[in-house]
Amino acid sequence: MYTKELLESIKKVEAAREKNVALEPRRMTAEEKETLLRTYHPDYKEGEFAVLSIGPNKGEKVPTELAALLQGNSRVDPAEIDLENPDYDVDVLIIGGGGAGTSAAIEADNAGAKVMIVTKLRMGDANTMMAEGGIQAADKENDSPAIHYLDAFGGGHFAAKPELLYRLVTEAPEAIQWLNNLGVEFDKAPDGTMITTHGGGTSRKRMHAAKDYSGAEIMRTLRDEVLNREIPVVDFTAAIELILDEKGQAAGAVLLNMETKEILVARAKTVIIATGGAGRLHYQGFPTSNHYGATADGLVLAYRAGAKLLYADTLQYHPTGAAYPEQIFGALVTEKVRSLGAKLINVDGEAFMHPLETRDVSAASIIRECSDRGKGVKTPQGYAVWLDTPMIEIKGGPGTIEKRIPAMMRMFGKYDIDIRKQPILVYPTLHYQNGGIDINRECESGVPNLFVAGEAVGGIHGRNRLMGNSLLDIIVFGRNAGKSAAARAQDTTTGALSLEHVSAFQAERSAAGLSDETVSPKLLPDYRRKK
Amino acid sequence: MENMVHVFLFGKQYEVPASLTIMGAMEYAGYQLVRGCGCRNGFCGACATIYRIKGDRDLKVCLACQTQVEENMYIATLPFFPLVKQVYDIEKVTPTQQIMMQLYPEIYACIGCNACTKSCTQELNVMQYIAYAQRGDFEKCAEESFDCVMCGVCSSRCPAGISHPQVAMLARRLNGKYLAPKSEHLENRVREIQNGDFKELLEGLMQKPIEEMKELYNNREIEQ
Repeated sequence: MYTKELLESIKKVEAAREKNVALEPRRMTAEEKETLLRTYHPDYKEGEFAVLSIGPNKGEKVPTELAALLQGNSRVDPAEIDLENPDYDVDVLIIGGGGAGTSAAIEADNAGAKVMIVTKLRMGDANTMMAEGGIQAADKENDSPAIHYLDAFGGGHFAAKPELLYRLVTEAPEAIQWLNNLGVEFDKAPDGTMITTHGGGTSRKRMHAAKDYSGAEIMRTLRDEVLNREIPVVDFTAAIELILDEKGQAAGAVLLNMETKEILVARAKTVIIATGGAGRLHYQGFPTSNHYGATADGLVLAYRAGAKLLYADTLQYHPTGAAYPEQIFGALVTEKVRSLGAKLINVDGEAFMHPLETRDVSAASIIRECSDRGKGVKTPQGYAVWLDTPMIEIKGGPGTIEKRIPAMMRMFGKYDIDIRKQPILVYPTLHYQNGGIDINRECESGVPNLFVAGEAVGGIHGRNRLMGNSLLDIIVFGRNAGKSAAARAQDTTTGALSLEHVSAFQAERSAAGLSDETVSPKLLPDYRRKK
Repeated sequence: MENMVHVFLFGKQYEVPASLTIMGAMEYAGYQLVRGCGCRNGFCGACATIYRIKGDRDLKVCLACQTQVEENMYIATLPFFPLVKQVYDIEKVTPTQQIMMQLYPEIYACIGCNACTKSCTQELNVMQYIAYAQRGDFEKCAEESFDCVMCGVCSSRCPAGISHPQVAMLARRLNGKYLAPKSEHLENRVREIQNGDFKELLEGLMQKPIEEMKELYNNREIEQ
């Protein structure tokens, strides 16, 4: 239910609706976009970054909160861990039970490996579950993997690793087919043609979806498949340190039961990190659209074991986080709302930008509207802009919202806002970790036998990711990581287990004069009231 | 001064701001959640919750992350419910009524009390989708159950011991894999890629200098 002031503001949006629906706002030029990003995008806020003083990326800058964790103290004292009698002994250990981890598990299981998933919450408590809008694949006549490549490469500011992006776009149609064959229900026309839309920065309509539960539909299907295959899943158990062997190869992990605090040891021939993102670190004080466990744990584990990170200084702020009511502050409002025709409107009722610029540009543009331009709408939490959802019904006909974005309708409906009739308030929310662990085309990190997939990887998307390329990457790289790790496990002999790298890192820490008491990985945020 | 309400978390009284969700209220009261908290956005089903407003006969259910607290709300969370999940090979099953009889025969013991529907945190017509499953109408069962977050509250209220979310999961997978129309354009494209059709074009792109890529990107044609 909107306040009196907000209802007053809505009148301007309504008055201009007819004109704004017909308007096709101009897209920004390359120069305009660059200036906008430099001035308003959070990635360019100098004071929010710190230079790493130890580890593989020493001398590079990362967000202040991440720097503290990457350089933090271990949760374990190596001397107290019994590595001689592992509690688990498997071929492939997968850390993380989201879309990437489960895809990897299915493929490693297919390859005949003995697989185990450990996850600090439940399987499926992951950003995959919350991805709403869709998944990209160039499978239409007027499209091709080459056009997909160009869209993603340009959208990511020409920084993606070409060999990774090549895999992403060429294996995309097969990823959709794989999911469909597992039983994922994509939106299709009666003749079987996939219903596809645009996302910000796409030049072809290649966004496949399952209503606005795209990620949930994929995640619950993958979870069901893991259960059907009876792959062991150890839930409520976090990996808190990687274990290497005497040759420096990844060889397992130290685990922590999140409830009983019991410490366990898993030995493995290969390890896959599929731990996801970092929204719950709330960089720069932003709210987040991420799940409860998104605390960059995998980056911390890998960094301490010697793996290099790539583009860890770049984050994605989703342009449209819910800005009202406060109960859903920061929750994701899918980009699909704009794909279906809703435009961004400022306090004066102006459609101030093209609704489908890339996410970084859109976020910066909204921040500009709400700051220097003074055209934001005042809300109890700050400022926001309107996203005029009733436009969707004008464009697509009555019933479009209920059919295509039921989750959005439900989310706002709980607070008596009918998005078919009233616009909603949005402001950028911390959404995605563009950077992560550097990998090669086989998904292997700089540490032998340590593979990475999903949001924990850096380099697939460059410095900004397009909508629908993350659900895609967790499937493509999740599957590849599973295959690579299973193949490697076959011809790996694991030597004596060691945590020497943890002690060495601790020594490096002291030598660099780092004396703070930060303990990492963080595992979970703490939202208890500070008295 | 914030507007405060009284809530009872597992019977114990706390005073919390009226604007909070149940999940926010638990954290405000001092709980560091491990169970009963997943996506915090209404998609994962981790925070199923049962509550009763003092003096009210009705027992209500909700997701803790999606529901605002009220005065005199008695709250108990249901972070896990032992659903029955039958194991099957998706490649070997067939989308006939037979499969439901074989894997989830208890659905035929439904007594039509509609407690499942009344308890659904997503306001789905649960009993109706079970009826579709009984008849082997998987397409309708899939459609009706699509927004299910598998929180399990329906099953906790079912006198027949049905694991509704798992029944619906099976129906959706059968529908997605076997019943929904095939996408010819997708199959063609996968074949073309396997055939190496785009290899040369892409490898050419990968080798272009950045300046040339910028030129291509900034002038690319955008489908209307």
